[in-house]
Amino acid sequence: MEHIRTPKVEQVKLLDRFNNKSVTGTLHLTATHLIFVESNSASAQEIWILHHHIASVEKLSLTTSGCPLLIQCRNFRVVHFVIPRERDCHDIYSSLLRLLRPVSYDELYAFSYNPKQNDQQREEGWQLIDLAAEFERMGVPCDQWQMTDVNREYKVCETYPRDLYVPITASKPIIVGSSKFRSKGRFPVLTYFYQEKKAAVCRCSQPLSGFSARCLEDEHMLQAISKANHNSRYIYVMDTRPKLNALANRAAGKGYENEDNYSNIRFQFVGIENIHVMRGSLQKLLEVIGTRSLSMPDYLVGLENSGWLRHIKAIMDAAIFLAKAVTVEGASVLVHCSDGWDRTAQVCALGSLLMDPYYRTIKGFMVLIEKDWISFGHKFADRCDQLDTDPKEVSPIFTQFLECVWQLTEQFPQAFEFSEWFLIQIHEHIHSCQFGNFLGNSQRQREDLQLKERTYSLWAYLLSEKQNYLNPLYSPSFAESHPVLEPSTQAYHFKFWRNMYHQYDRSMHPRQSILKQVLTLKESNRELEATVQALKTKLQKFGVSTSPLKPKTPPIERSLPPRPQSLILGAPLLSRKEVQQEEEDEEVFGEEAREDPPASTGGERTVEGSSATENGYGELPGSFGSKNEPAVVTLEFGVARMTC
Amino acid sequence: MEFAELIKTPRVDGVVLHRPFMPTVEGTLCLTGHHIILSSRQDNTEELWLLHTNIDSIEKRFVGSLGTIIVKCKDLRVIQLDIPGMEECLNIASSIEALSTLDSVSLMYPFFYRPLFEVIEDGWQLFMPEEAFRDLESMTDEWRLSEVNKDFSVCPSYPSLLTVPKDIDDDSLCKAASFRHGGRFPVLSYYHKKNGMVMMRAAQPLTGTNGRRCKEDEKLINATLCAGKRGYIIDTRTIAVAQQAKARGGGFEQEANYPQWRRIHKAIERSNVLQESLIKLVEACNDQSHSMDRWLSKLEASNWQSHVKEILTTACLAAQCIDREGASVLVHGTEGTDSTLQVTSLAQIILDPACRTIRGFEALIEREWLQAGHPFQQRCAQSAYSNGKPRSEAPVFLLFLDCVWQILRQFPCSFQFSENFLIMLFEHAYASQFGTFLGNRVAERVKLQLSQKTVSLWSWVNRPQELERFLNPLYEPNNLVIWPSVAPQSLLLWEGIFLRWNRSTKCLDEAYQEMVHIIEYNKELQNKVNSLRRQLAQLETEDSPLQTP
Repeated sequence: MEHIRTPKVEQVKLLDRFNNKSVTGTLHLTATHLIFVESNSASAQEIWILHHHIASVEKLSLTTSGCPLLIQCRNFRVVHFVIPRERDCHDIYSSLLRLLRPVSYDELYAFSYNPKQNDQQREEGWQLIDLAAEFERMGVPCDQWQMTDVNREYKVCETYPRDLYVPITASKPIIVGSSKFRSKGRFPVLTYFYQEKKAAVCRCSQPLSGFSARCLEDEHMLQAISKANHNSRYIYVMDTRPKLNALANRAAGKGYENEDNYSNIRFQFVGIENIHVMRGSLQKLLEVIGTRSLSMPDYLVGLENSGWLRHIKAIMDAAIFLAKAVTVEGASVLVHCSDGWDRTAQVCALGSLLMDPYYRTIKGFMVLIEKDWISFGHKFADRCDQLDTDPKEVSPIFTQFLECVWQLTEQFPQAFEFSEWFLIQIHEHIHSCQFGNFLGNSQRQREDLQLKERTYSLWAYLLSEKQNYLNPLYSPSFAESHPVLEPSTQAYHFKFWRNMYHQYDRSMHPRQSILKQVLTLKESNRELEATVQALKTKLQKFGVSTSPLKPKTPPIERSLPPRPQSLILGAPLLSRKEVQQEEEDEEVFGEEAREDPPASTGGERTVEGSSATENGYGELPGSFGSKNEPAVVTLEFGVARMTC
Repeated sequence: MEFAELIKTPRVDGVVLHRPFMPTVEGTLCLTGHHIILSSRQDNTEELWLLHTNIDSIEKRFVGSLGTIIVKCKDLRVIQLDIPGMEECLNIASSIEALSTLDSVSLMYPFFYRPLFEVIEDGWQLFMPEEAFRDLESMTDEWRLSEVNKDFSVCPSYPSLLTVPKDIDDDSLCKAASFRHGGRFPVLSYYHKKNGMVMMRAAQPLTGTNGRRCKEDEKLINATLCAGKRGYIIDTRTIAVAQQAKARGGGFEQEANYPQWRRIHKAIERSNVLQESLIKLVEACNDQSHSMDRWLSKLEASNWQSHVKEILTTACLAAQCIDREGASVLVHGTEGTDSTLQVTSLAQIILDPACRTIRGFEALIEREWLQAGHPFQQRCAQSAYSNGKPRSEAPVFLLFLDCVWQILRQFPCSFQFSENFLIMLFEHAYASQFGTFLGNRVAERVKLQLSQKTVSLWSWVNRPQELERFLNPLYEPNNLVIWPSVAPQSLLLWEGIFLRWNRSTKCLDEAYQEMVHIIEYNKELQNKVNSLRRQLAQLETEDSPLQTP
């Protein structure tokens, strides 16, 4: 490829960002990846970094050991290379600068990625999620709600999907009139229908009310939504913005609904901050947690000052408000923010997840993302910086949604079919541009790009690896007893999501993973059940009758896909030979550790990733016993370093 | 003194008990010499039995003739009792106040408690120094058991038997003792079998402002070094604090007099600061009205997590010196009864897999806390709700347990015991029917005849039916050194203690049960497979002669 000047550099050092360890290896630059291969043959770790994942490349000032290159990734990986020759460093740097900012969609990885599937498999992948079927599952169309073809050609709103659901009483003129009164034409449409109470969750953008403008069609539209629900005389209108922001918008001819003009609405501000505040907040958070030798007060103060958890809590509070209004009061709710594709998506999706157990399954979660995020035009391309766009458009809105879900999994460990690894994997792919799902900003754009013909669907890929993303503690009966989740929003329930923001920093993680352990046991249970069955069949040939085994889970015999290498799940099991070859931080885990006799031959062992030097408890000078240095000098030097 | 004198109203009917996340109970309140009892006299409702010693403080409120007593317990629980009748309420409150602040040890409940179970294995006899020494003898002959402190005169806070270097005679020990705060001369704390390195502990040397030295003390700790090797002295105080100690006769080892040792200063806080920290933390956890920012800033201001990090880091450093650097270590702070013990005991948990078993952990607490003279009674006299003037209360032991919990969180499969075991120890350290944590040192316990007059906590805990509750289902023994991460992102608030009464744990408990179920089912299946295989193999060998002809 023309942008790559130096495809390979040897003797590159990779520094750990939190301690003084480093490994040496070879750096390869390909059209899609930056690859680091460790030279040490025993462990030979490989790091593959997709160009699309790189958020920034920085060339630091030259040091004696070479030229440092700092790469920050959108999946929160931070790598620090030291390249011996300045020239090589510059070549890599300038190639990356070009590669990480693709200018056209055609350059994205999804268009060259080929998982060796035929056309039919690819098509099937795209057919996995069917939103019409999803609305049917909710009970729509019904006597009060119908599908409208008004946006078939994307003429009324080009950022909405083609198929939209509206109250039966909302005629075309009302829809069109209402859309003209809403920012970007995003008029109120149905996104979730709570069948039990016939209450609807609708979404839209802000009205173009300015200081006094009104629109009868829009007022009719809200009236229609209200009338479609006989259980409640009023509907809630949730403006998810802080009041001040909404007021400021009035000066620009936008704003919020005037309660005097709309009958039977209950208007409510929620106070979620805008994309710029969220971007800044994440930036601050990452700065704090990236600090070396971070002290506890700096960490906690930094966490507070970043505001990150405050924003997460605000989104959660809004979703809980929505869920309560719908499930307890049986009222319909209309949610909007400014354009109705960021905060609105967060609140509608999270609120639905609280109300409907289906969205807490693997398939259901995919449907939810497809519906509230992809089809309703969350601007993934802009927010995730897929193409070289305006940096002011980038914002971790979807990341926040995933984090809210994670916070819920912490409070309800049995409510979700998937584990956090699933969330992290999805997060990985909103930036990877490896699959077509998240490319572009709207459905219309995706159709123009012919994504279904030219790229593959992430959902098919994730489903093929479903085993890896299961939450072993998931209980479908939990859904029956807790159809609606009622999380506590006490501040202390909101925790820092270490496994997301430090997913690549091995020294930060628990060294033994309960998730992995239980997942392995559950798989083992399935295999054992099959073995018991097989043994019994054999015994029966000898005329021995055995009591039939009552499988607690249906025995499924199939080979499992290889588990991805993840620090959260724990590193892959190494063969015994490899374990013995490794020196200090070899990975011993699970069965390997059990098979080996205690104090086995060969090198020392520690539990996976657990090493004293990695954690930096204090800098002990290495030359303690050295005879060459005068004792006193070493001593003073040592004390000074150790106490600092 | 008779308890009856303190109990003016022994019984009140129609009392309503409020507890967070639990239904209210109405019933009869009874006061006994050691308990508050509330019973609804219905079969299916829970009764409340609360030890007076568990009460940290109480508050009274009146609305008309309805009195309310808010009882704040040392285990951090807060309950509310609505008592009809002003006089009854006042009487109850004053009785509780009096009974929960009795000073005399011999009036404590353990002296009155008679177990409802048969003591099969007497906990008082379980962890004798002689036994620990026998284990040591099997590994090395460099040490001896000294009886120099037989009558507790050399060091009142040490036990009667102490492990010291073989070549140091009792006279030298006495001289070294006179050079150390409280007579706590350096003794063996841990022997690292893998490389023969040791960890010792002591109190600060009494160098004073004029730099006193003591040849015997130098000889004593040098005797633990192999030829040509050097060691580390870990002083748990900052250099500034250690310097200040000189003015009060204390101090630290001068490089010139201890050339084979390198001193490292760390900054573990002292008792009153820790007590303050606990009070602030619990206050922050109990305030439900906090916004996100306020919660984080309160959590930060309490400094609790900083203490956890500092203690854990120091323990890791000690372990690192021993295991990685191959050097012996001497740990001390000022008195050698608080931060010193936190460090030496945590280092052993990191280094020695035996300490991660239930028995091993009990032995560790016995060795490094009870016999080593941590003043439990003083430190645990009050907890987070005390409003009296703090004397020498401090959550030193709780911080140690918190650090163990942090390691347990990071290595959930490496411990035989679960979080419940640590919580149970916390409870019993502050209020218990057992005598184990009474007194401040071995000498006091001998004088109180605890082993004859009270039941040991271990006698109860080690019964199979009790032990079951404390086992970690994920435990897979391993012989490895476990190095925890001490990054602030890796250290969590111990919710099991600090949010224990402020949240509903139903969902978490059910999830835990499901995990236990999966693990047990796995064992069951494995057994089934094995037995079927055996059965099949047997049939096949029986069958084979028939088939071969």
